[in-house]
Amino acid sequence: MAEIIIWIIQILILPALSPLCVGVIRKIKARFQNRQGASIFQPYNDLWKFFHKDEVISRDASWIFRFAPFAIFGATLAVSASIPIFASFLSNNFTGDILVVIYILAIGTFFLALAGLDVGGAFGGFGASREMTVSSLAEGGLLFSLLVLSFVSGTTNLFSISGTIDSLSLASLLPVVLAFLGFFIVLLAETARFPFDNPSTHLELTMIHEAMIIEYSGKRLALIEWASANKLLIFITLGSSLFFPMGIAHSMGFIAIAAAILFYLLKVLVFCVVIAIIESSIAKLRLFRLPDLLLFSFILSIIAIGLTI
Amino acid sequence: MFRLFYKIFSTPNNVLSIDRLDCAQKEVTAVGEQIREKVKKLFRGSLAIRQVDAGSTNAAEHELTALSNAFYDAERFGIHFVASPRHADMLLVTGPVTRNMKNALIKAYEATPDPKIVVALGDDAIDGGIFKGSYAVYDGVNNVIPVDYEIPGDPPSPKIILCHLLKILGAIDAKQTKG
Amino acid sequence: MFEAMLSQSTFFAIMVLFGLGAITALFFRKDDKLANLASSFFAILGSLLGIAYSIAAINSDAAIFYEIKSSFPLLSFNFNIDHLSAFFIFIISLISLFCSIYGIGYIKHYYGKYNLGTLGFFYNFFILGMLCVVTASNILFFLMVWEIMSLASYFLVIYERNNQDNIKAGLLYFIMTHIGTAFIILALLLMHKFTGSFDFFTIKESVGSIPPLVKDIIFILAFIGFGTKAGIIPMHIWLPAAHPAAPSHVSALMSGVMIKTGIYMMIRIFFDIFTDAPLWWGAVVLIVGSASALLGVLYAMAENDLKKLLAYSSIENIGIILLGLGSALSFAALEMKSFAALALIASLFHILNHSVFKSLLFLGAGSVISKTHTRNIEEYGGLIKHMPQTALFFLAGSMAISALPPFNGFFSEWMTFQALFEGMKSMDSAYQWIFVFSAGSLVLTSGLALATFVKAFGITFLARPRSEGALHAKESSLSLRLGMAALAALCLLFGLSSGFLSGIFNNIVRGIKSFGDYDPALVVSQNHLISVNGGFSSISAPAVFAVLILAGIAIFAIIRFVSKEQKVKIGATWDCGTNLEPRMEITSTGFSRTLIMIFKGILKPSKQAGIEYRDANMRYFPKSRTMVFEISDVYKKYFYKPIHNFVLKISERVKKIQSGNVNAYVLYIFMALILLLFFAV
Repeated sequence: MAEIIIWIIQILILPALSPLCVGVIRKIKARFQNRQGASIFQPYNDLWKFFHKDEVISRDASWIFRFAPFAIFGATLAVSASIPIFASFLSNNFTGDILVVIYILAIGTFFLALAGLDVGGAFGGFGASREMTVSSLAEGGLLFSLLVLSFVSGTTNLFSISGTIDSLSLASLLPVVLAFLGFFIVLLAETARFPFDNPSTHLELTMIHEAMIIEYSGKRLALIEWASANKLLIFITLGSSLFFPMGIAHSMGFIAIAAAILFYLLKVLVFCVVIAIIESSIAKLRLFRLPDLLLFSFILSIIAIGLTI
Repeated sequence: MFRLFYKIFSTPNNVLSIDRLDCAQKEVTAVGEQIREKVKKLFRGSLAIRQVDAGSTNAAEHELTALSNAFYDAERFGIHFVASPRHADMLLVTGPVTRNMKNALIKAYEATPDPKIVVALGDDAIDGGIFKGSYAVYDGVNNVIPVDYEIPGDPPSPKIILCHLLKILGAIDAKQTKG
Repeated sequence: MFEAMLSQSTFFAIMVLFGLGAITALFFRKDDKLANLASSFFAILGSLLGIAYSIAAINSDAAIFYEIKSSFPLLSFNFNIDHLSAFFIFIISLISLFCSIYGIGYIKHYYGKYNLGTLGFFYNFFILGMLCVVTASNILFFLMVWEIMSLASYFLVIYERNNQDNIKAGLLYFIMTHIGTAFIILALLLMHKFTGSFDFFTIKESVGSIPPLVKDIIFILAFIGFGTKAGIIPMHIWLPAAHPAAPSHVSALMSGVMIKTGIYMMIRIFFDIFTDAPLWWGAVVLIVGSASALLGVLYAMAENDLKKLLAYSSIENIGIILLGLGSALSFAALEMKSFAALALIASLFHILNHSVFKSLLFLGAGSVISKTHTRNIEEYGGLIKHMPQTALFFLAGSMAISALPPFNGFFSEWMTFQALFEGMKSMDSAYQWIFVFSAGSLVLTSGLALATFVKAFGITFLARPRSEGALHAKESSLSLRLGMAALAALCLLFGLSSGFLSGIFNNIVRGIKSFGDYDPALVVSQNHLISVNGGFSSISAPAVFAVLILAGIAIFAIIRFVSKEQKVKIGATWDCGTNLEPRMEITSTGFSRTLIMIFKGILKPSKQAGIEYRDANMRYFPKSRTMVFEISDVYKKYFYKPIHNFVLKISERVKKIQSGNVNAYVLYIFMALILLLFFAV
């Protein structure tokens, strides 16, 4: 019974918390620009408003445009049930595998790109093309950085990795740090942050993620915005629970779980601050410089693998 | 990058900070707080504005850009500018609607989902302004799409835009409680 | 019930049915409809019988061996059907069943233009040839049916003979397949020379009498020879020319099944006949596999002809199959039988999956091409509104080939990854790095395949029509949709039953001589949980499917509840106020241009600009501009042209012997006599 409650918390905490993450990052960026910025709960207001607006759908759009937001959000929900958030004693041998998580996220990318192509506008098409370029090159770095962790801990099941890895022990410190650097670059790429993409740009020619959703309105737009916030929090959770699993609950117990949730919130806050600092400090790179950065992440992960095998 | 941080932290504090209780800033904050209350009540806490340039002199756009800078900072009141009319609640139209921009303005209006508000910003958007009577313009936005509210001025300063915005939100509030 | 099927008469009944199909098609060649009906009817019957027979053969453990002596002393028609052959018979029958059903409707557009009797004749002989290839147990018989299969497919490639490109493609295919056959003959004859027999069984037993150096030479020859049929880089140049030229249901068979017969013989020779492979064989196969996978998908990404794109994608998937095969060879060389079995199971599963989804994609492409009358992706668009069901099946095929759960492609790629991960852990230094780079190329390949099929599906079916042909397309007829629907359902079904299928594959691998009895690394538990190597990784196919479906349903219900008062209005596409024309949509060239520029070292793109002015003297106002984007064909330029030039140069030199001068000929006879006298003494 208690395990069912913990599973419910596990599945619900990620979608509930993700707009807050986005709000915190925006607030910190605003502070860096010496202004006050919107409140950290503003993304919740945005989502709530979009759910209560009508939609305008292009007459060239097909069922893929209508279906894609549900597929993308469903993929992020399915992943949130497969990654360790605050409890590593939960066992999910069925879908908690590294490859399953990566490819379920790829379903989301697939449908988002198709939705961008569907309306036949000029922006969705090149947004989809850029997104597929970045995403196809980022997959290598992502898989290999998570693979380093599975070689260090002896399993590819994400819950078991977070439970058993002694990540900052002296023997495995260097590979884990290198893998984390590679993973962080992929995090910035997949969640459409600087230097890959500007999430708040108005210039269509510089958009990657925004260009694909320029046609959406109403509840479907809310789902897609929420799903991209979910994806950000999924990657932050992977980084914090797998690379730095300090404080994660190893056994059932009210105090252990409460402490684990607190530690989790703290780690997410640290990640948000770091992402906001990076976004405020560097400029967006031009599209043809991005493969160099992704190849760099790939090579870091390969070096890390070379050190562990 | 470290040099940049060092420069930031070692610069003496001669920047106009928002904490300085400057008189103008107090007025802006006062108006802004009321705007935020109204936005929370009427638009569920988030007002998305899409700015459409229907052939304006860009003076009004400069003033609107100033709304997002560190002094006025409209974002803290729940107002933000969006990239697509599909994401917008309010269309803020500037310019006297030149002939070339007529179709574009109509398309932007039709692309915005309901419920939406159209606000004409600046004298030339209201009735043509200094371009009234020219062969190249349509003399005001309400000759092309239905306009709900107007903000006069050529161009209106950001503080005036905020005050008029508050008045508009008050009018919407009154209309909603009446109807 | 199945055991009753397992008799000699059933097997020969299958052969007879296909033979009857060929002969009756030729008999009815004057009447189009009857020829179509006859060949399809017998092909469908034969395939159904083949499926039943192969399932029965896989389930039973009996050794099935049929021998028919012939009047020639060395040639005897031996058929050996062990589990591996039965598996391939299953694949061949399954795909030919659905291709024949599809063909009933598809061939109709050849009525009155080409002779349907010959199509039916060669089609049935092609399938018959393939069935015999995977069951032949005598070297001469094998070569005979290999040649039948190649010739029948050659005639099918040049079937639409009014198009000169098809004839050229057929000629290229003919030459390449015979080069491959030459290597195969060399390899098999070497095997015969050292073991003294043409029979596979005898060769298996006396394989010890082949010295190791000869085994290495046989490996290289067989790899190049069977690799030419399979389409490995650099012997692949016939694939993108021949597969698009053939009729679509034949392309599906060629790409889905025929290239796998090359892989079948590789498994047969490397694992069944040769049992002690040295380690470098596996390394060679891995390196060739990674190169094929990566280069195949890059060329697919750059391609604008829908069928050529699918052909290059077949090369990519053969690369993935070879990755599994290479890992299995490496593990077998180090006596790690459990991991070798894991890798071989991954390879076999990917063979099954690829044949299903690649045929589905080719059949879908065939429907689209026959309705829009063009093969150029740039002229498609908006077909999802005119051909909704074809679009749905093509979407299922695209998701399967991009390895998206819960379709079958994901599970076989998962197993291939597991095999490569085990290799990374357990091998020692140099070979570890080969596995690391193979895994790197596999993950890059699957990312690029996702991008390729977003392009293929998106530009073909979505947005607005880009040409007249796409504007007036209509949905395909029932038989076409039936064939595609069944294959799409199979994609999902094979994905869901991955656990069950892995158990069957374990059984198949046990029958191969290198393996025998081993402790399986891939274990399937009661509740369909596949776990590898004692829990290093585990996955459950039905659970992945259930989680995705549940998440989708949950969101749909919640959103319905939250937004029930909101209306949906239909409007125009937001285009920033311009007049949006179909020319403003993204094109296939534009979509892939970024990736081509990123990989320009490999693809070597070239851009040529031409401009035509209104007044040629006063060159101010351009009338039209032309841009030609091209990918240079590096294989023809750097590999085949030098060989071609070399052979021509040598031929020029040798030509001088035939001087036409009778005195020179008398001199030759005199010299030959003197030499023979020397050797006699």
